[in-house]
Amino acid sequence: MGRNLKRTFDPNKPLEMQKQEYKQMVKKVSPKPPVIRNSIWAFAVGGLICVVGQAFFNFFEGLGLNTLDAGAATSIVLVFIAAFLTGLGLYDEIARFAGAGTIVPITGFANSMVAPALEARTEGMVMGVGARLFSVAGPILVFGITAAWLAGMLYYLFGPNAPAGS
Amino acid sequence: MTAAKKVGAQTVAFAVPPVVSATATVVGAKEGQGPLGNTFDKVIDDPYCGEESWEKAERRLLQEAFEMTLNKANLKPRDVDYLLAGDLLNQIISANFVARALAIPFIGLYGACSTIYEGLAVGAMLIDGGFAANILVGSSSHYSTAEKQFRFPTEQGVQRTPTAQWTVTGAGALLLTATGTGPRVTHATIGRVVDLGSGDPYNMGAAMAPAAADTMVHHLTDTQRRVEDYDLLLTGDLGIYGKELLEELMRSYGHDLSERHNDCGILIFDRENQDVHAGGSGCGCPATVTCGFIMQKLRERKLNRVLGVGTGALMSPLTTGQGETIPTVGHAVVLEA
Amino acid sequence: MIFLKAFLVGGLICVAVQLLMDLTNFKVTPGHVLVGLVTAGVALSAVGIYEPLVKFAGAGATVPLSGLGHILAQGAIKGVDRGGLLGAFNGGVAAAAAGITAAVVFGYFAALLFKPKG
Repeated sequence: MGRNLKRTFDPNKPLEMQKQEYKQMVKKVSPKPPVIRNSIWAFAVGGLICVVGQAFFNFFEGLGLNTLDAGAATSIVLVFIAAFLTGLGLYDEIARFAGAGTIVPITGFANSMVAPALEARTEGMVMGVGARLFSVAGPILVFGITAAWLAGMLYYLFGPNAPAGS
Repeated sequence: MTAAKKVGAQTVAFAVPPVVSATATVVGAKEGQGPLGNTFDKVIDDPYCGEESWEKAERRLLQEAFEMTLNKANLKPRDVDYLLAGDLLNQIISANFVARALAIPFIGLYGACSTIYEGLAVGAMLIDGGFAANILVGSSSHYSTAEKQFRFPTEQGVQRTPTAQWTVTGAGALLLTATGTGPRVTHATIGRVVDLGSGDPYNMGAAMAPAAADTMVHHLTDTQRRVEDYDLLLTGDLGIYGKELLEELMRSYGHDLSERHNDCGILIFDRENQDVHAGGSGCGCPATVTCGFIMQKLRERKLNRVLGVGTGALMSPLTTGQGETIPTVGHAVVLEA
Repeated sequence: MIFLKAFLVGGLICVAVQLLMDLTNFKVTPGHVLVGLVTAGVALSAVGIYEPLVKFAGAGATVPLSGLGHILAQGAIKGVDRGGLLGAFNGGVAAAAAGITAAVVFGYFAALLFKPKG
């Protein structure tokens, strides 16, 4: 490796100091993730998934759906594709390279529901699959729904149509 | 009163060193394709081993390893005094369920990935103490059961960090006997639980290197031996970065390991071509490499004296979730041809 | 043109998250990323920043999970416009119902059909 470590660790020092010294040693030895390569992959794959989404969106608009409905239909298609690829065992293979490029899009949300559920098959279809679908999706919905409720409440209290007296 | 066979603070020296008279290993496809592929007794390509769940597959690996060991030694389960086994799964279910099938008096062990060495040490003590003549020791791990329990669902899209290690799918078993031919267990050094503050579950080598160093240093002090007294100092599953850290830690204690140290996690996979990042890990890693490759070398007398140190990380997903650092342990055994 | 903008904006959001994961410690899991994105989407949408981004980049802003946050937030706000206080409770989830239902239904069927490969 050619890495010339200085002798920075002294086993005779108190434990807390050993911990500090060891932390530095670990930092020096452990490699950083390949940030540039990961970012290029994330950019390319994440961007591409959005382009695919845009193509479906245009298609559904072309069928006469309004913006909201075309967006919803696009989500449904992307979620279906992600669930299918996860079932085939391909989504995690792409994600090994694409990282955030496959986590960030709504396909990553679908993957995070299907992946734990697949493994829970052996524990039954109700408390296994049924419960585990939400092991990662649960927190997402909790935070998303609560934040949206909060936004709605603030808008109700302080927005243009705020109730009289406030 | 001092214990008659105890040497120094943590080491025991066996009066009549127990014999490793038979060993067997069963591994998965990836391990079979690795550099040690031809040292294993059996390679099962199907990750389910024909079973319906990974947990059952892991049990099959462990049970087959035990049955093969018994066959090689021409013994029946009732000839065995104790079964010493453990694995990574909650409540060591692989070992428990295999013990149910074999119906041998069972002592369950948990030393995480150090379990095979913990078993060797405890088994040798039981035999040299006169409490048993034949003891079966074994340990197993499975990539998918370990990922599922300790990390992410296997199909979830995640990126592994460069320091992450690949859990070995495999089981190793060995038969310890009071008499017979084969490599002998001459000393055992029981490790203390050590924690130098590492909390990253994706850098197990860094968490466990201090435990390996602590046990090695105590072993050398207790036995008044030097690194040069061993042909090989073998650690369980530190991986390449853990190996580097261990060697640096040992230098700070005044021991130069560089020429004589290797690690099962480095030996078992081809890091260039098998996409395992820092190397192999899991109970099956030291178990299959020790019961396969290392025992072969000892039998062929290509190695004459080996200090094997199994390393284990004693955390659970719960303690990681609660922000605790990782307690680790290393158990050492001296094997002589 | 909209395709290029979708590619660039969507890709850049992914790069930002990739940097967050690579340059901080190991504790940022995919779950944390997704929770962060959906919450950030709600916040940016509520203060009126996300809608212009959607206008500009189309799917580049709606496909990342922050887009789900945007839909939730706009649903809750429009719900208040329509139905007052009750809208804060039923507006958000109603607007996002298609995506959530698709994930539940397809997720369940995928788990019925497939065995994990390991």
